[in-house]
Amino acid sequence: MLSVDVEKKLGDFSLAASFETAGDVTALFGPSGAGKTTLVNMIAGLVTPDRGRIVLDDAVLFDSATGINIPAHRRRIGYVFQEGRLFPHMTVARNLDYGHRMNGLPFDAAEANRVIDMLDIRSLLERRPGKLSGGERQRIAVGRALLTRPRLLLLDEPLASLDAKRKSEILPYLEKLRDEARVPMVYVSHTPSEIRRIATSVVWLDGGRVTAVRGVAFLDTMRAIDS
Amino acid sequence: MFYLSPDEWIAVQLSLRIAIVATLTALPFGIAVAWLLARKDFWGKALVDGLVHLPLVLPPVVTGYLLLITFGRKGLVGGFLENFGIVFSFRWTGAALACGIMGFPLLVRAIRLSFESIDRKLEDAASTLGANRLRVFLTVTLPLALPGIIAGMVLCFAKALGEFGATITFVSNIPGETQTLSAAIYSFMQVPRGEDAAARLVVVAIIIALAALIVSEWLARRAGTRFHGE
Repeated sequence: MLSVDVEKKLGDFSLAASFETAGDVTALFGPSGAGKTTLVNMIAGLVTPDRGRIVLDDAVLFDSATGINIPAHRRRIGYVFQEGRLFPHMTVARNLDYGHRMNGLPFDAAEANRVIDMLDIRSLLERRPGKLSGGERQRIAVGRALLTRPRLLLLDEPLASLDAKRKSEILPYLEKLRDEARVPMVYVSHTPSEIRRIATSVVWLDGGRVTAVRGVAFLDTMRAIDS
Repeated sequence: MFYLSPDEWIAVQLSLRIAIVATLTALPFGIAVAWLLARKDFWGKALVDGLVHLPLVLPPVVTGYLLLITFGRKGLVGGFLENFGIVFSFRWTGAALACGIMGFPLLVRAIRLSFESIDRKLEDAASTLGANRLRVFLTVTLPLALPGIIAGMVLCFAKALGEFGATITFVSNIPGETQTLSAAIYSFMQVPRGEDAAARLVVVAIIIALAALIVSEWLARRAGTRFHGE
């Protein structure tokens, strides 16, 4: 259960968004510049809202009224960025292991193996990110976030930097993630076809405002736009 | 056959010791100042930036003079430190201090540039993975800045090795204590039949400088392949 009610002014742009979601995979949908990434960054703790409240399950992550602002590194929220952001100076294995080393979580070999197999990245473990394809990088970014045992997984346009062929390669992994990992997700995208495959509910953001919160079937009405 | 007299050897060893101690001691301060200048906005930042770069633009003799009145036995800081048995004036440690301060702007510049070129988004990614600010710095920022840190250390080392004006003004030119390679070459050229000794030391200086360049190139390349290779 994620509950967000935040306001932030950034120059000429103002974001004032409020929504609640209990779905498995909530899509944040809207055109470029709608404030999707800013909103996700607030949930992750990378951007501080001017005012508002963010609650995940029973934990208050941010509350301007009581001065609560849990720092990003203590939120236990996994974040898959648009560009992967793998650490270039570490092998894939070290990248995957990073969260566990920083959190001091006990190492769970079975969990690690399960994630590595699910994402099909075992053959890449000794490589360095510089030599990987975009799709491989994104799969490792997903694995790296997942292995921190997050309470919530944020995916910010994880397919946007990939070409159509790579996209169709990654989508099945994301579906597997939804069906197997049992971690609630917020999936940012401006592509209805992606959202229809992945998401269970949709929060529509436009011009910094939430304009609709619906089931995913709602997107069928805009099939024409997508094609 | 090429050989050095004991006096020449001592000057070479002293120079190396002074340059290495100066560089290694300046390094943590250099990293801290470079980080502050690259990442933080604070009141008086321009002043700090100016002070750090002052030795680069001041005549070295002026820097040496300022060191003498500050760190000399009767100086404000020097007099205070003497209570703890720390003496700089006319000691090799003073030469190291002078060399470290002369090399400091070069060290800070190189490290600051590499801090500024790091993709901050990688640091954000590290914090979402559970790393606190110190750990982000140690595991992401610092390793990624390594090529710049190496370059800065080599520049600082080279500056320290070649420093003349500030050192000789601050700690004089005492053989075996403060007479560095540069000072020894200068002294040998002032005495009759000293040219051979001076020439030998010149060759040593060239060898050390070349070796430092080659080692830094090798280290930088190694760091580079670590980032981009397989």
